[in-house]
Amino acid sequence: VSATLYDEAIKMLARAAHGAGRLPAAHAVARLDNPYCGDRIDLALDLSGDRIDALVHETKGCLLCRAAASIVGLRAPGARVAEVERAAAALDALLAGGEDAALPWPELAVFRPVRDHPARHGCVSLPMQALRQAVRLGPSPGVSI
Amino acid sequence: MPAISDELTLLRRQFPLLAREGPALHYLDNAATSQIHESALEAMVRHEQGARGNVLRAGHRLAQSATLAYQRARGQAARFLNARDPGEIVFTAGATAALNLVAQSYGSLCKPGDEIVISVAEHHSNLLPWQQLRDRAGVRLRFVPLGADARLDLGALRECVGARCRLIALTHASNVTGAITDVAPVVERARAVGARVLLDGAQRAAHGPVDVQALEADFYAFSGHKCFGPGGVGVLWARGELLEAMPPAVCGGGMVERVSVQGASYAPPPRRFEAGTPPVAQAVGLGEALDWMGRQDWPAIGRRMAGLTQRLIEGLRAVPRLHLAGPLDARDRVPVVSFWLEDLHSHDVCQVLDERGLALRGGHHCAQPLMHALGVEGVSRASLALYNGDDDVDALLEGVREAARILA
Repeated sequence: VSATLYDEAIKMLARAAHGAGRLPAAHAVARLDNPYCGDRIDLALDLSGDRIDALVHETKGCLLCRAAASIVGLRAPGARVAEVERAAAALDALLAGGEDAALPWPELAVFRPVRDHPARHGCVSLPMQALRQAVRLGPSPGVSI
Repeated sequence: MPAISDELTLLRRQFPLLAREGPALHYLDNAATSQIHESALEAMVRHEQGARGNVLRAGHRLAQSATLAYQRARGQAARFLNARDPGEIVFTAGATAALNLVAQSYGSLCKPGDEIVISVAEHHSNLLPWQQLRDRAGVRLRFVPLGADARLDLGALRECVGARCRLIALTHASNVTGAITDVAPVVERARAVGARVLLDGAQRAAHGPVDVQALEADFYAFSGHKCFGPGGVGVLWARGELLEAMPPAVCGGGMVERVSVQGASYAPPPRRFEAGTPPVAQAVGLGEALDWMGRQDWPAIGRRMAGLTQRLIEGLRAVPRLHLAGPLDARDRVPVVSFWLEDLHSHDVCQVLDERGLALRGGHHCAQPLMHALGVEGVSRASLALYNGDDDVDALLEGVREAARILA
């Protein structure tokens, strides 16, 4: 099972660390902790209306958390808020055992094996929660992480 | 896999979960919760089926039976700790509740500017209650730092413990490094300034009876679920004269002498500290578990566990890019061994191990300041109990190598 849970796709995504970095003056920021393990993500983004122009994150976490952050870093720039909400809902549904055929961000399918490990759901969803929080907080010029 | 001894096989049969048929289970998360011994389970069932009633209240026969069983458990806990009197035993919901009780009650006797000395290696249960007291009452917290091998630097006590110190509250054995605290210099320093000593025994009590009189401590806390007993019950031991002087921390039924609309007079200890209906069946189960522990040959178990722990330490040290927390000599620690692999997250490591039947915990272990001092986000922790054997250690060493390979 580990070989599936930690397959090459997840490891490659974590290694790629799409969107990792710092944004000196972002419009919206979010910091989320996973109290279960102490993992943390700081996420910052620039918004134009309801469109995400740029996104960066600093993620301290396990492979699953870093892979999920990498997908957020890959897909969120250029996305509109509604798409983020669809992707987040799809991830929740996937982890809850739903079908992944209609995933707005197809890379999220790598987390299908995680559905059998409820203790790890929080690892996967932390970056998406941070993204949703930052989007909901909206523009707050001059904030930096 | 090495063959395990008949003795160990028979021992494991006394723990219902370990005795069940099924895939191999290498239970190495005993520092979180140990498996329950059959005597504790049977005592609870017997109590609930034959003597269930509220305690220290009604006069009917069932209530009297329940009260007798509850007080018997108090005696069993006193015997386990070599307390002078069962009246020095307060049943709580666990070690956390016991530590909070002291912070609430003894803490209320502290004045602004008084000092409480703890360490950077404490479980959050022995840190957060004191931070709350600091914020509530203006006491000052001082910290014993880590020394060599991530053990407490007790040489710093001279500096940390001053004239305003009211209490030194330290772990008896770390839940991360396993390091056993040398209590004698702590007591010596406390006595020099008139301070009291509290030991968080959550980890140490799981490895044999404790002698609070020999330790010369003033408070001792431990939980039932780590001592082969049920969850939801723990013990606070304190010197009788201290309990007498302390106000109640939680108020309710069963802990008063007289109540009027104007006020109340409180029952003597330990009832003063057991408001509401206590966890009766759990106390009964814990009492039986402690009695069972008291009948074991702990010197022999200690030697076997030290050998097993040393094997584990040496085996882990041979794994490339693996780091260990705590003393390298197993005699200096309870059988708790935490480690981390460079660039690998403890949860990923523990996930791979779990799928090989190895139950370990990863993460910060409710000891975030210690993680910070160690310079890591989290560690994987193997914690052994007397039913663990070479088969568990071998499976773990093989599993760790496999985890490193899969996660690389």
